[in-house]
Amino acid sequence: MDSRWQNRLIYLLAFSSGFSIMGVELLGGRILAPYFGSSVHIWGSIITVFMLSLSIGYLYGGKLSTKNANLSRYGLIFIVAGILVLPIALWANPIMESIFMAVEDSRYGSLLAASALFLLPTIVLGMISPYSVRLLVTHKEESGQVAGVLYFVSTLGSALGTIITSFYFVLYFEVNAIIISFSLLLMALGAIALLFAKAKSNQVLASDKELISEN
Amino acid sequence: MRINHLLGLLLLVVSNFALGKVIHQERSMYRNIIVEDSGNLRCLKFNVKSNKTNQSCFLKSEPNRLVFNYTKLLFSGMIVNPNPKRILIIGLGGGTMSNTLHQLLPDAEIENIEIDPAVIKVARQYFSFFENDHVTSVVKDGRIYMKRALIKKQKYDWIILDAFNGDYIPEHLMTKEFLEETKALLSESGVVTANTFSVSELYNYESATYQSVFGEFFQVKNRKNENRIILATKGQLPNQEHLKGDLATLHDRLRPFGVNILDVFKSFTKEQDWPENTPVLTDQFSPANLLNQ
Repeated sequence: MDSRWQNRLIYLLAFSSGFSIMGVELLGGRILAPYFGSSVHIWGSIITVFMLSLSIGYLYGGKLSTKNANLSRYGLIFIVAGILVLPIALWANPIMESIFMAVEDSRYGSLLAASALFLLPTIVLGMISPYSVRLLVTHKEESGQVAGVLYFVSTLGSALGTIITSFYFVLYFEVNAIIISFSLLLMALGAIALLFAKAKSNQVLASDKELISEN
Repeated sequence: MRINHLLGLLLLVVSNFALGKVIHQERSMYRNIIVEDSGNLRCLKFNVKSNKTNQSCFLKSEPNRLVFNYTKLLFSGMIVNPNPKRILIIGLGGGTMSNTLHQLLPDAEIENIEIDPAVIKVARQYFSFFENDHVTSVVKDGRIYMKRALIKKQKYDWIILDAFNGDYIPEHLMTKEFLEETKALLSESGVVTANTFSVSELYNYESATYQSVFGEFFQVKNRKNENRIILATKGQLPNQEHLKGDLATLHDRLRPFGVNILDVFKSFTKEQDWPENTPVLTDQFSPANLLNQ
């Protein structure tokens, strides 16, 4: 288990987070429609909330990566993101119902509902990109290239998440089943990152012990 | 052979353009709106590509006479409830339905709900759509309007669902949950008539969804099977024999508008012509646009 495998894992995770972000965003339109309609402003609300959360997430993720960045924390971000995605499937209707009752104007209603449902999970998902760069970069000369590949991978994930969700998933599965799958996927990947980090530290410990006994 | 084919197609396209003269065209927030005159006939279209997308037509010399077959079929609602006091129309089109209903039932309250403000404007300007003390129009998504109406405990004697004619199907207006809201808005003698899809895979899905909410319903079709109206009631569906009774009076009332209600009644059927195990469309599962291909 060397750093080459760790990097591959990070790219896979970044790809999956890109996939999940856009999959959830796309389903957002479907989730809001029964309460706020399918007018243009619904997409205005959803895209605004996603862009805003991502921007906040980038800022936070970068900040977090300056202190003691490691793979375990990276895995924890995924697990938290997975947990925060779950309420979309579990409580979307009561949340939207109460907003629908409180706000008459469906523009602000949809903006509030999109915030309530998507702001937190998307902020956490946004933290992943800068944190990935931090874990991948070893020399500053390659930092631009690493960032380029990472954006390539995660944005490619977003593109696939969009098209596969809209073309196929909605045809075969219920909205909640897809959301829960995204949540489980994120948590599972986070757990894999944690296990990988643990295995790596055990390995380091073992080789340290060898060194000590040889001395 | 292939070139001949192409030439034929080209000729068809050209002749179509020659026949209809576009007198107004605009791109709204939701679609392209085209108003086309072909001699005495004026049509509202939401897409140029095919003839199927005629949304609403009327004869300039006889604005009262309904031209469109499926609008005539919608009057089947009056067979079940001949004197509705409150009518809700989802999807305005050219407003011909609203105009006709007001002349037919001058005391009825008619609410037209249309998502696209440009459609209302065009209906007023080119199709003589009018509003007054009894006839109103609101720019809103149908589902939201109905949810709010439910909170205000409104009841309607007749709900007409006709929002499905453009290229894009509003999927949230096809689900079980939506139809449950529709049913809850109906008065005790209330009736719903919905213009639905007659050709694609959606036919079965829509049938199964209506059945899950209303139980038995009437299907009303025209001869060519181009359109299908689903007619459902809040209470138990009335007996077909029983309905025959008042048909003659209604026939006389509707005749001036070009509606032959005896013909419409002949096509009434309760027959279940879709597979038993067809899935129901819900807010969770409603890929209507993907199924309509």
